[in-house]
Amino acid sequence: MTMLEINNLHAGVDGKEILKGIELSVPAGEVHAIMGPNGSGKSTLSYVLAGRDGYEVSEGSVSYNGADLLALSPEQRSAAGLFLAFQYPIEVPGVATMTFLKTALNAQRKGRGEDELTTPAFMKLVREKARSLKFPDDMLRRSINVGFSGGEKKRAEVLQMAVFEPALCILDETDSGLDIDALRVVADGVNALREPARAMVVITHYQRLLDYIVPDRVHVLSHGRIVRSGGKELALELEKSGYAAYAA
Amino acid sequence: MAAVGDTIKQVKGIDVDQYKYGFVTDIESDKAPKGLSEETVRFISARKNEPQWMLEWRLDAYRRWLDMKAPTWARVDYPEIDFQELYFFAAPKGLEEGPASLDEVDPELLRTYEKLGIPLKEQEILAGVRRQGEPSKLDDAGLRDSGAGRVAVDAVFDSVSVITTFKEELAKSGVIFCPISEAVQHHPDLVKAYMGSVVPVADNYYAALNSAVFSDGSFVYIPKGVRCPMELSTYFRINEQNTGQFERTLIIAEEGSYVSYLEGCTAPQRDENQLHAAVVELIAGDDAEIKYSTVQNWYPGDAEGRGGIYNFVTKRGDCRGRNSKISWTQVETGSAITWKYPSCILRGDGSRGEFYSIAISNGRQQVDSGTKMIHLGRNTASRIISKGISAGRSSNAYRGLVRANPSAHGARNFTQCDSLLIGDKCSAHTVPYIESKNPSAVFEHEATTSKISDDQMFYCRQRGIGEEEAVALIVNGFCRDVLQQLPMEFAVEAQKLVAISLEGSVG
Ligand SMILES: Nc1ncnc2c1ncn2[C@@H]1O[C@H](COP(=O)(O)OP(=O)(O)OP(=O)(O)O)[C@@H](O)[C@H]1O
Ligand SMILES: [Mg+2]
Repeated sequence: MTMLEINNLHAGVDGKEILKGIELSVPAGEVHAIMGPNGSGKSTLSYVLAGRDGYEVSEGSVSYNGADLLALSPEQRSAAGLFLAFQYPIEVPGVATMTFLKTALNAQRKGRGEDELTTPAFMKLVREKARSLKFPDDMLRRSINVGFSGGEKKRAEVLQMAVFEPALCILDETDSGLDIDALRVVADGVNALREPARAMVVITHYQRLLDYIVPDRVHVLSHGRIVRSGGKELALELEKSGYAAYAA
Repeated sequence: MAAVGDTIKQVKGIDVDQYKYGFVTDIESDKAPKGLSEETVRFISARKNEPQWMLEWRLDAYRRWLDMKAPTWARVDYPEIDFQELYFFAAPKGLEEGPASLDEVDPELLRTYEKLGIPLKEQEILAGVRRQGEPSKLDDAGLRDSGAGRVAVDAVFDSVSVITTFKEELAKSGVIFCPISEAVQHHPDLVKAYMGSVVPVADNYYAALNSAVFSDGSFVYIPKGVRCPMELSTYFRINEQNTGQFERTLIIAEEGSYVSYLEGCTAPQRDENQLHAAVVELIAGDDAEIKYSTVQNWYPGDAEGRGGIYNFVTKRGDCRGRNSKISWTQVETGSAITWKYPSCILRGDGSRGEFYSIAISNGRQQVDSGTKMIHLGRNTASRIISKGISAGRSSNAYRGLVRANPSAHGARNFTQCDSLLIGDKCSAHTVPYIESKNPSAVFEHEATTSKISDDQMFYCRQRGIGEEEAVALIVNGFCRDVLQQLPMEFAVEAQKLVAISLEGSVG
């Protein structure tokens, strides 16, 4: 079944239309890459899917597991399994990463009508995931994203994803700012989450990431539209020829 | 922008009426005649069976008060208080004589304390009263390590102290912890020597008023070299309508001693404003340390600003001894109006004063709070960390004075004032006064003002955290430096209180 189905999506912010008729469908179990020039609307698409205030949908529809995604609040979407790894993760001073993870996980569980995790069970879960992503313990105690390097922030996003185990993962340029080793660790973390019940939308500028996270489909987003879709070889082609062919 | 817009919408829908502690306890009470006169002062003194010197002291204060005027410099606005419309003394019936054993306490009252959520092992603490005759059994009553994690509680209901727990056990280490009215009876020399020595009778309008009509509060005496074996705590509650509460607390820490004291306050929901005018005096001898924490959650009034407590408080600590230390930590979330400047007089050489504050205002609350650090001795140090959070249509001002007298060679101060605004109908002000009369003094001041950003709200919500919880999380993060200063037992309570007081600021 198609997990995410986007039809003729028009959306904008501050009165400016940015998405101009997106068509995209992502079945469960698949990884789709979205590539495209700067300013083409990739992050905007991720915000609209996550339900950010101020991003108005003027036309079209988005269904998620058959339900109307756009009717849900951001926190409901999160509880329903939608996760966005931010291109620029946000700092929350004074809130330890561990506290943030716990508050978020329990809020999601509550939103699904599940019990909260006990503190010991939660600690065990986080320690395990942190170890597998080589995420240092002392960073769990630091305020979330505050003073983290660019690469550390991205890694913290992947850690959150691993802890929450969302059904639909949207990664917005999670590879930018990572050194080669970190890229490997992050890609391994993402690959470990690949499974038949989960879908991923990976926004990236670099074919390199797709060597590690091999996508089922690659889409080119330009000027607010998906202008081309293909298999993983499309990424290689783009790497060579650039986006010139898709300029409006 | 949008998220902030939303927040504003939600703040508009604010309902401070959700005040969790706004129940009224149905207890018969015994009140002084309405209004304030010499007769009222005599009534209170007689009711407390006070010695003549105490009555004289009160009458002197009353006469001075008559010539004084209410202060107008604070950034708060309220109609003139008609003191003839107030009751100055109210005691739950049957308790006029002061503390009773648990069996004699009105069960309704005990239920009140239960509702107040007197923190941590409350049952054990209350059980402590029951077992006061057999203190040796306390240690195996489910309280594993003696001392740590235990709290001795004095509870003050309107004008009278009703329960003091662990009193006898404390007495074993020489610590006196009792209602001030009892100290007047049993420890008159200490009271005479110290009361009014930090906050003089005519220090200010409300201090003079308090000196004339003070009702109850705590008295703490820690002898030389004693580390108080447990947290001391007092709960204040105003129940009666149109009744003022005039708390008077006096804490004396002799040379080389240590004590940590916490006060908590609540009041029922009333349409009228109620007055709480307190005086707290702390005295620290050589190498002594007093840690004083407040969790103030008086009823703040409703969304339109009706009702709520006027909290006019004079709190001052005197670091009298060499290398003594006094630290004030406050979490102020309640009251319609707060007028409060816990201060330190750094008299002893090498003494140290600290002020850690979280002041949250919501609805129509008005807060004018801060501290004074008066450096007199050599090499004295002070530290001020203030976190002001304003939401709704509230106004929140930090007012602070740091002064080095000519004698204060090597004085140092660090001040950090951070304000956080939620919505755009509230206001925050920072009014720091700095006076240095000694060229070697080093004073540093940092101030920031910020808002909860749309980005932060979206980030939290994307992670499944609803708006109200997100605001609480972000605000708790903003206050972390101060929350960490609270005794462990109360830090969790305080965090919850932060969340509760911002309830309705979103959603
Ligand atoms: N508030 C706003 N008002 C007007 N234009 C905006 C606003 N926010 C974003 N835009 C514009 O929308 C366009 C799409 O931005 P978006 O961030 O989605 O691009 P992107 O594809 O993610 O780019 P990049 O690859 O650089 O991350 C850009 O031209 C951007 O300037
Ligand atoms: Mg982008």
